[in-house]
Amino acid sequence: MLVHLPILQVIVPLIAAPACLILRRPKLVWLFALFASSLAFIISILLLQQVMTAGTISYELGGWSPPWGIEYRIDKLNAFIALIISGISTVVLLAAQTSIEKEIPKDKQPLFYILYLLSLSGMLGIVTTGDAFNVFVFLEISSLSAYSLIALGKDRRALWASFQYLIMGTIGATFILIGIGLMYQMTGTLNMADLAVRLPEVAETRTITTAYVFFIVGVCLKLALFPLHFWLPNAYAYAPSIVTAFFAATSTKVAAYLLIRFTFSIFGISFSFTTLPIETMFLVMGLLGIFIASTVAIYQDNIKHVFAYSSVAQVGYMIVGFSLSTPAGLTAMLLHMFNHALMKGALFMALVAIMYRVGSSKINDLQGLGRQMPLTVAAIVVGGLSLIGVPLTVGFVSKWYLVVAAIEKGWWWLAGLVLLGSLLAVIYVWRIVETAYFKAPILGQQPVKEAPMAILVPVWLLVSANVYFGIDTRFSVEIAASAAKSLFGVAQ
Amino acid sequence: MVGIALAVNQIKDMFAVVMLAGIYGLVSASFFVAMDAVDVAFTEASVGAGISTLLMLTTVAMTGRTEHEASHKPLLALILVAITGGLLIYGTFDMPYFGSADAAVHNHVAPRYIYDSMKEIGVPNMVTSVLASYRGFDTFGEVTVIFTAGIGVLALLSVAQRPKDDAAIEAINDSMHEKHLILRVAIKTMIPFILLYAFYVQFHGDYGPGGGFQAGVIFAAAIIMYAMLFGLSAARRVITQPFVQLLSALGVLLYGSVGVVSMINGGSFLDYSVLAADPIAGQHLGILIIELGVGLTVASVMIIIFFSFSARREYQQANKGGSL
Amino acid sequence: MTMILGLYNYWVVIVLMMIGFYIIIAHGHLIKKIIGLNIFQTSVFIFYISVGKVEGATAPIWQEGIILYSNPLPHVLILTAIVVGIATTALGLALIIRIKEAYGVIDEDEIQAMDNQAMVNQDKEHQ
Repeated sequence: MLVHLPILQVIVPLIAAPACLILRRPKLVWLFALFASSLAFIISILLLQQVMTAGTISYELGGWSPPWGIEYRIDKLNAFIALIISGISTVVLLAAQTSIEKEIPKDKQPLFYILYLLSLSGMLGIVTTGDAFNVFVFLEISSLSAYSLIALGKDRRALWASFQYLIMGTIGATFILIGIGLMYQMTGTLNMADLAVRLPEVAETRTITTAYVFFIVGVCLKLALFPLHFWLPNAYAYAPSIVTAFFAATSTKVAAYLLIRFTFSIFGISFSFTTLPIETMFLVMGLLGIFIASTVAIYQDNIKHVFAYSSVAQVGYMIVGFSLSTPAGLTAMLLHMFNHALMKGALFMALVAIMYRVGSSKINDLQGLGRQMPLTVAAIVVGGLSLIGVPLTVGFVSKWYLVVAAIEKGWWWLAGLVLLGSLLAVIYVWRIVETAYFKAPILGQQPVKEAPMAILVPVWLLVSANVYFGIDTRFSVEIAASAAKSLFGVAQ
Repeated sequence: MVGIALAVNQIKDMFAVVMLAGIYGLVSASFFVAMDAVDVAFTEASVGAGISTLLMLTTVAMTGRTEHEASHKPLLALILVAITGGLLIYGTFDMPYFGSADAAVHNHVAPRYIYDSMKEIGVPNMVTSVLASYRGFDTFGEVTVIFTAGIGVLALLSVAQRPKDDAAIEAINDSMHEKHLILRVAIKTMIPFILLYAFYVQFHGDYGPGGGFQAGVIFAAAIIMYAMLFGLSAARRVITQPFVQLLSALGVLLYGSVGVVSMINGGSFLDYSVLAADPIAGQHLGILIIELGVGLTVASVMIIIFFSFSARREYQQANKGGSL
Repeated sequence: MTMILGLYNYWVVIVLMMIGFYIIIAHGHLIKKIIGLNIFQTSVFIFYISVGKVEGATAPIWQEGIILYSNPLPHVLILTAIVVGIATTALGLALIIRIKEAYGVIDEDEIQAMDNQAMVNQDKEHQ
């Protein structure tokens, strides 16, 4: 059984999805989905343990050795990401049934869970596979289920947001397909490890440069790197709240993984960073993303929009870490992927609770909520502090490592800019906190109770994780640093 | 083909545009045949020219026939397109020439597929052996993609109850159908042959062009034709919603269980050699079952999608009828 | 000269891709966007398949006596890609049907205008 773990990681939620169609009642389907997601989480923990002790794992699908068959290849990087994805998925699912009672009509609820599990398997598949075309297939599984999930939102703008995402996402996926096609044409293989071996001989060709550009642009669309981020704010704001909680914490991480994997393990550092001015471009895009998105976030009326633009900014931070092209920079990026998942997971889950009780996520409708839903608003406060980067939270850890990496490279000005970005975050977080605590409730509005346990527990699970991993950083830092080092060591 | 694409760009009558898109698909299919890609041509003809056109026409029927005066931004679009196109052309300069036999793609992985697949798998259609065995997991992903689309369309379009005025809908449909008597008779005789052809394509896919996808689409096409001419309710009596949903799930589960059985028998996921005492027999068995799973899911999902589109149309018509 | 002969197939395909891409970005009508997407994707398929063609070879189905076959791998990949394409198209069209029901129009600029108007109205309510 243990030897099959790599494929089970993806197969468990994948086979569970159609099985849901056989069960009928939403509560049963929910429990089944929760069971499948928890299994996936346990498998990811076991895989991570295996990889940390034994090194990279390779699994041949169909019994055919690569490059003729498809290979699954687990190393520290993707085991880490798989852990994040399956973990967030399980915690979010705990609150799902309660939340969708109010946001999705009853006959569509089983379909919701099927799409959720498909999305989960899609993401896990992208992360665990060692074959370039397989990436495309699972990318489409996760994208198609994402478009459908977002369109389940009550507001009609969810439909339009989903359509825009579909168009932009499919263009991105097609660009990725073009990139893979060009790589295949020049090397004759689709296996990632094999590509890494064969690309250096053809690296000088214009075709490969074009392949790289198309692939990276496609990935950046999915990553919502400025200026390709336009689909994200509306998609996050109008999707059902629980869907946003899941995606905000996971989908951009998967795209970031693809960026890292193809740049370091396949194309190699010397190619990626010298052929094109990648460093400079990503640095500029990342910084623009941080500042422009954070500024826009300040002016939003809907908290979901605030946090969505904040996510675009956080992707900017990750890309800045990437652009440093040092092991320290990459460690900071990986750390931020883990920490951001926790931060945004907690924040959007708190929003799930607010949507459940209040029915709106506009800042103005939250006046005086601090007294009526103390635990939920406290969660937002802690999450917000994490976003700003206050010590004792995970947000601080990522910013710290980023600043250290920047200073290591002698770029003091960058460290300053990172801190400046945090100030912007203070402004948009403070707006929310001020309204919740210091403004009186609107006259005539029904008082609301605290969120139900089903939602409150997962919220506080994530919030505590924010604090726990902010204090005890051994786990996250060790894996991130170890993964970064091996990526730099393997690729020349 | 460039002409067709440009025409699609210019013409504002959506019906014409959809027809042109269908023709584009057909021309692509013939191009594929010229490129020796017969399986692909088959699929493109049935899916790209067939199902795609059908769904688009249904959508146009529900949304209006003309495109409004475009206030789009042609300048921005042209700039983006010029950059992208220019980059691609830049990339072609180092490519191996079209058709050359010593390109990397033909000398690394392909020779084993071409020359050894008869020995290792025993199936003459190399595309089938790569699709179903060597890269069988990709195909599993593909079946999942189709299943996802089916569920997505259900989530978007399914209506909780049948429209209240069943009788009125039946009346509209019946009168329409009186006009198409010839078509109805002709189709009724053709359907059994089409279904038979679908089964032939399904099982002959190892020896000639064909396989699960194409068979599933052809099977669905027959059912859809019946539904179009005899009314959705008539078709629904034969193929009920829960039944077809169950079938779509069953296809994916069938595919997955082959993989699971392989694991139980000691091989890795989707390793067919361990399914029977003789590896070649195992390969044949594995390919047969998974292709069946593929055909099942593809057929049921296509039917689900068409039925959902039609049902939504009836729902819209019922609501326009003044009850709301 | 041989270079142009050897490469012009690819250039034509690139032109097709770009027309498709242009249709997606430049037109506001949602169904046209989907059709543009289709043309774009189909052209990418044509590219992949042309990569697999070998001069003088035949379809990759084993026949006694034939030695030269075209490459089956691109065919497999494109079969998958075609299916992915139809899945995306079906979802896109379903979305368009719902958007028409909810907004009454299916043009990008008109929908955006309706959304902006709705936001302005809501702000007025809150005053």
